[in-house]
Amino acid sequence: MKPKAILIDTKDNVATAFQELKAGDKVTVSLGGKDVTTTLVMDIPFGHKFALADIAAHKPVVKYGETIGLATAAIKAGQHVHIHNMESQKGRGDK
Amino acid sequence: MEFQGYRRKTGRVGIRNHVLVFPTVVCSSEVARMISEKVPGTVYARHGGGCGHVGEDKEQVIRTMLGICGHGNVASVLLVANGCEVITPDVLTPELDKIGQSYAIVSVQEDGGTPGCVEKGVKLATKMVADAAKLKKVSIPLSELMVGLECGGSDAFSGLTANPSLGVMADKLVAQGGTAIFSETTEMLGCENVLAQRAADDKVSKDIYRVISEAEKTAMSGGVDIRGTQPAPGNIKGGLSSIEEKSLGCIRKGGSSKIVQVVKYGERPVKKGLVIMDATAADVMNNTGLLAAGCQLIVFTTGRGTPVGANIAPVIKVSTNSVLYKKMTPNIDVNAGVIVDGEGTLESVGQQVFDKVLAVASGELSKAEALGHREFDIHFRMIV
Repeated sequence: MKPKAILIDTKDNVATAFQELKAGDKVTVSLGGKDVTTTLVMDIPFGHKFALADIAAHKPVVKYGETIGLATAAIKAGQHVHIHNMESQKGRGDK
Repeated sequence: MEFQGYRRKTGRVGIRNHVLVFPTVVCSSEVARMISEKVPGTVYARHGGGCGHVGEDKEQVIRTMLGICGHGNVASVLLVANGCEVITPDVLTPELDKIGQSYAIVSVQEDGGTPGCVEKGVKLATKMVADAAKLKKVSIPLSELMVGLECGGSDAFSGLTANPSLGVMADKLVAQGGTAIFSETTEMLGCENVLAQRAADDKVSKDIYRVISEAEKTAMSGGVDIRGTQPAPGNIKGGLSSIEEKSLGCIRKGGSSKIVQVVKYGERPVKKGLVIMDATAADVMNNTGLLAAGCQLIVFTTGRGTPVGANIAPVIKVSTNSVLYKKMTPNIDVNAGVIVDGEGTLESVGQQVFDKVLAVASGELSKAEALGHREFDIHFRMIV
């Protein structure tokens, strides 16, 4: 079966969609013998991220086992994680 | 773990046994080609350098030429000079003597122009090929293998499938005491802190900040603010939320080991483990730098597809998606697209890449090698 999403590092708190995913979809990602199942609370486009667990405001968003930015608002498990609720620690060039 | 390779009198280790016909300058490159084409078993290196270099650029070209001519995959080298270039053979031979590399020299100006030089070169190269054929392979520990990591023609899957799979392979290689080098400094922008945290010591940490800042300044001096546009609007639409995320998708091909050293383009690392090379992102020039640093093979991920190989070393291609794999199967060694198809995982593809590296190190031809790809180009900034 085609996986709906991918988890890249066991330290990550986000996964990335491999398909167009819909609110209500149950998505399981596996890595290193560990499964994490998340119920999506909104649609997630292909290539975009969703939270695997709640992330408090100002806490790190972790992908590749590293901090890719900080949450700018509280993020719930299953929510879309993108520029509306996280920000680079390096600033963004287009704003 | 071990592979079957060549232990050279230079102390270096090779996985191929090439006789290299090497023009010391662009002016003699066609003569070098004519010699190489007449002597089966030789490879040659067409490049645009050798004259008009100054300062650091000149040092970089010399360092690269020495790394290639003295490479573990090279049994011996025929230097083909024009005669009046900046980097004549006598600029290279003191170091080749020092390390004990076998070489011979022909010169267009001194050996009777094109026909005389070709005739003499063919005789010398024929003898060199016969001598090289006498060398036998021996078992060599994986700790003496150095693998270059490269990506080109990236797509949305690069950072999700192929690059993290390479990271799994790189971690396995480093765990065996081997060396992996990743580079493309402009693609590390935004990741200074992340990379510096993985530095083995203070010096490495400072070097990481320095080379990334210099790459940014170099681009700026060309009138381009490369950080200001990252991630690009198209990247954001595709799901990338920060420059860190974009850069990590590239960097992850180095895996998660400590970074033990930062080297210049074409510089040979003195430490084993995960190494950063401060180098251009242009694929063929980057490959040449990795080889000059001593990498005996390169693993190269691609999402859009590229046929590029190298003249003195195997290049292993890993596709990021199955659509590309189907379109360019003759060029691709491992398909990481199976991760998207549900027929593989990062761990299983990482293991497959690792197994392919071992097989190719012991003599199996990579696709690029079997197809005859021999791309080569030295990076320099200017000729005056």
